Amino acid sequence: MSRTLAIAICGSGGAGVVACGELLLRAWARAGGLGFLRKAFGPQIRGGESAALLRLGEDENYLPVPAMDLLLALDWNQFGRFEDELTLGPDSTVLCPDDAEVPSQVLASGAAVVPLPFAAAVAAAHPEGRSNMFALGLLGQLLGLDTAALQALAAARLAGKAAVYREATGACIAAGAEWPLALSVDAPARPGGEHWLLTGNQAAGYGALQAGVRFVAAYPITPASDVLEYLASALEAVGGQLVQAEDELAAVNMALGAAFGGADAFTATSGPGLALMSESLGLAVASETPLTVLNVMRGGPSTGIPTKSEQSDLDIALHGLHGDAPHLVLAALDIADCAFTTSWAVALARQLQAPALVLSDQFLGQSLAIVPAPALFRAPASAAAAEDDPGAYLRYRLTASGVSALALPGDPDRRYTADGLEHNERGAPSTAARDHAAQLDKRARKLTTLDPGPHWGEVEGEGELALVAFGSASAAARAAGAQLRAAATPCRVLSLRLLAPLPVAELAAALAGCRRVLVVEQNHSAQLWRHLRAALGDQPVPLGSFARPGPVPLDPAALAAALVEEAVHG
Amino acid sequence: MAEAVLRAKDYKSGLKPIWCPGCGHYAILNGLVKALAALGLDRDRVALVSGIGCSSRLPAYVDSYGFHGVHGRGLAVAQGLAVARPDLAVITLGGDGDGFSIGGNHFIHACRRNVDITYIVMDNEVYGMTKGQASPTTPLDWDHSKLTPHGPGIRPFKPAALALAAGAPWIARGYSGNPNQLAKLLTAAVEHRGFSFLHVLSQCITYCPEQTDWKAIVSERAEAPVSRADVAAQLFGAEDGFTTGLLYAEPRTPWPPPAPAASPDPRLEEAFLP
Repeated sequence: MSRTLAIAICGSGGAGVVACGELLLRAWARAGGLGFLRKAFGPQIRGGESAALLRLGEDENYLPVPAMDLLLALDWNQFGRFEDELTLGPDSTVLCPDDAEVPSQVLASGAAVVPLPFAAAVAAAHPEGRSNMFALGLLGQLLGLDTAALQALAAARLAGKAAVYREATGACIAAGAEWPLALSVDAPARPGGEHWLLTGNQAAGYGALQAGVRFVAAYPITPASDVLEYLASALEAVGGQLVQAEDELAAVNMALGAAFGGADAFTATSGPGLALMSESLGLAVASETPLTVLNVMRGGPSTGIPTKSEQSDLDIALHGLHGDAPHLVLAALDIADCAFTTSWAVALARQLQAPALVLSDQFLGQSLAIVPAPALFRAPASAAAAEDDPGAYLRYRLTASGVSALALPGDPDRRYTADGLEHNERGAPSTAARDHAAQLDKRARKLTTLDPGPHWGEVEGEGELALVAFGSASAAARAAGAQLRAAATPCRVLSLRLLAPLPVAELAAALAGCRRVLVVEQNHSAQLWRHLRAALGDQPVPLGSFARPGPVPLDPAALAAALVEEAVHG
Repeated sequence: MAEAVLRAKDYKSGLKPIWCPGCGHYAILNGLVKALAALGLDRDRVALVSGIGCSSRLPAYVDSYGFHGVHGRGLAVAQGLAVARPDLAVITLGGDGDGFSIGGNHFIHACRRNVDITYIVMDNEVYGMTKGQASPTTPLDWDHSKLTPHGPGIRPFKPAALALAAGAPWIARGYSGNPNQLAKLLTAAVEHRGFSFLHVLSQCITYCPEQTDWKAIVSERAEAPVSRADVAAQLFGAEDGFTTGLLYAEPRTPWPPPAPAASPDPRLEEAFLP
């Protein structure tokens, strides 16, 4: 059994817990370690609650777990808000200031509480010192990290700030590293090897760029803004452009305009923004304009819990468009896979001349992880070009694949008007029933004739029991599958990357021979379960549901138990 | 690819407009193709963009590239296109409802963003396509709509004043009843580098037959355009909305600056190495 160590650093928003956690993780990565950092915070920028939840391990496991081995509290303000997301037990250790009352639920957990004179130690280290950097030194000591390396990383983060802050930071880290702690932790081994350190949002932006995206329209929204911030600077290196729009209505339409002009166009948003964009996604379908929209899901509906994770936008992604509007919906399976899935989505949107929605979520998007270099989708060399026109140019020519040749402004003598009005093959507006039926059929064929290829999902394990999940729920499903297999209960786990068009034949084949199947997702109304039920019915086997709303991470043990229960009593 | 010298009619697609006989929009279509011919623009490099409404049907009537989108968002499409394809002449057009009501926020920000596009609002003070409801520019006592049987009761919008306040660097007003002036204004608007806002009083013969009286009200500005925003603010505050001509023009560099050249080796991976 590989060792893991779960560390929480918590404090008021603005206390610098995320900076502390990120520096610790970066140092751990440089030292050859594996792990990731999940951010848990409230909507307040300053003064709310904030926590950096690190899970260090010996393998590439990115499962969010609430149970903490070690909690370092910079202060106890607002700690109560983490009650469900950060749990302590008798084996946990708590490092905290000695001048504040420890919350009753911490004492009740049975955790070993180690009060430390944070304020005095920081003041002694440097007049401008901050306790988060003292904490970084303490944690570095516990993990056996090199103090000079931590100091160098912290100094790099403060590049451009006054020298006094870098001095203070270095002094506080040293004070923490040298503090006489009568405590040790069983730190995981560090396997080494070449790894990247990035968030899912960065991975998605990277995947978009590598797939050819050169135009991005942006309107800020939590938890998607950092995709756009990453792209703003990275686009400069590849000669692309980003426009900050006045709202999501403008963002999606700017992207459509750029795509009409031939640029691979992209925008990123979260549920409320996707709702605003959905009218124009219908326009993308009707005008056959390629476009990729990343939706980093958060708790909804409405403003909901904007800083925390949930998978509750599947319904709007699948069904939120008006009219009969065939489009693509994909979901990233894990943090690194945000790159692959986004790059595949851009390629599919381009291939099918249709909008592609990529679902990610706050956990995937904003967690910082040490991962193997992300894979990217590479279009096969044989990928068929759009069927070319033998005669006069018809933008919306009826073809077997549904895809017709796309002229770009500037192309000689292929002038046409892209239209959201129903149109004939030439693109001229038409209300004729015949044209409507023909164009509806044409657009539908783009999805029905799509060969999903090998990337529609991932299947592991075998046996008569199965779990089916999408997006970040896949990690919980895989962990539950591993627990069951460890208990000699064979189990299959299907992780879906392509949700529309749903690869029905592939899914049915993957589930063939199953006796019990549970559909796993982090939302309240079993959105994936309903989607699969609608497509599969009871074939090859009736589907059960395991749906839990966010923001508490799905619990693999509960999931494994539910599948066993389903198998015994279902 | 350069084309042989084209005449105005060569820029028409041949598709028959859906507009009512006597609609002011015909004059704008005719003026626009004259402007395109006068500028000698390559039809392959002209893109017309619009939203929804009677006027927004125009792109299909011009033999160029076109994008007929959803209600109110033509400006956004046009700006995305112009940023991605600075080699194109991007012209976006629509009505008063499309541009000032549902698309009003985009209007404000397009004015201040100053992307190199032309924006033509074909203002007939009414929603024609939905059969005659009051728009943001309808007089407050106009009681011809079942939706507002006592008149809208609220003051109409002043497009030129708003454009100025929002930062538009080029503002002109035309009238469908003065086609020669209109063609010249359209030519100047397309030629202007940066955001040019051409507000055209375009009569709706069907729902607002009283607009035939505009002929007696409009007056052509004789002086050169104002080039200072504070002076223009006084002008737009004092005038009745029927002064035609190029009213305001202030030299300003369009946005955005040209896209940076792509690095031959962008090394995107380096940002992610710990």
